[in-house]
Amino acid sequence: MVLTNYLLALSAVLFIIGVAGVLVRRNALVIYMAIELMLNAANLAFVAFAAEFGALDGQIAVFFVMTVAAAEVAVGLAILVTIFRTRKSVDIDTLHRLKG
Amino acid sequence: MSIDLLVLLVLALIAVGAALGMLFSRNTVYSVLFLVLVMLTLAVLYLILGAPFVALAQVTVYAGAIMVLFLFAVMILGPQKLAGAGGPIGWQRPVAFGLTLLFLVEVVYAFAAKVGKLGALSCAEAGFGSPAAIGDLLFNRYLLPFEVTSVLLLVAAVGAVVLTRE
Repeated sequence: MVLTNYLLALSAVLFIIGVAGVLVRRNALVIYMAIELMLNAANLAFVAFAAEFGALDGQIAVFFVMTVAAAEVAVGLAILVTIFRTRKSVDIDTLHRLKG
Repeated sequence: MSIDLLVLLVLALIAVGAALGMLFSRNTVYSVLFLVLVMLTLAVLYLILGAPFVALAQVTVYAGAIMVLFLFAVMILGPQKLAGAGGPIGWQRPVAFGLTLLFLVEVVYAFAAKVGKLGALSCAEAGFGSPAAIGDLLFNRYLLPFEVTSVLLLVAAVGAVVLTRE
């Protein structure tokens, strides 16, 4: 039984879906969510390897990833709300003017 | 087929299906809820993998705090009706699909060529991943990163407040 391989495959699939979300979608909120999905895929790989090698360090790494994700979401959503106030849109394709 | 594998397959199907639902749903609120489902599924997987504390943090921090923040943002920004396909850079979407497929091929190749046979899981011993063991590691070996993390969170909170100030 090679459970770890299946977990890594699941992690890879989730990461690819996240990449597709960042590349394909135009709603900035959905792009943030796709980034969260990629971070979650990385977390799954961390926990799978922690279980594989019996080392807790992988689970500690998950906490740090979670913290970075929380900080990123807080600042990112604040930026998004600020952009929405001036541009009335979260479509990233329309955000191509450097002058506000 | 062992029961572990069966559970893993069911959870994987739910997670991938919900992730695809997040990717393709038109309504942003549905996207958020699909992502919550993915995170809850991963939390159950963490429980199987001998990481109960991580699973708890996943539910409370990710599915709880972060996704609620997303829901707040969706409610503030309102349901967005984006213009139809095309837009200023309409050629970008097929290129994006192509690049995603390329990445998929790359990952499949990496799996076929590089990932050897990993053994079965070795997290059977009692106490692995328990809050006590996590706390011991976090406050001894990883004390400095932990404190830096708290500074990062403080900076992020202050930054969010400053950015959204009228």
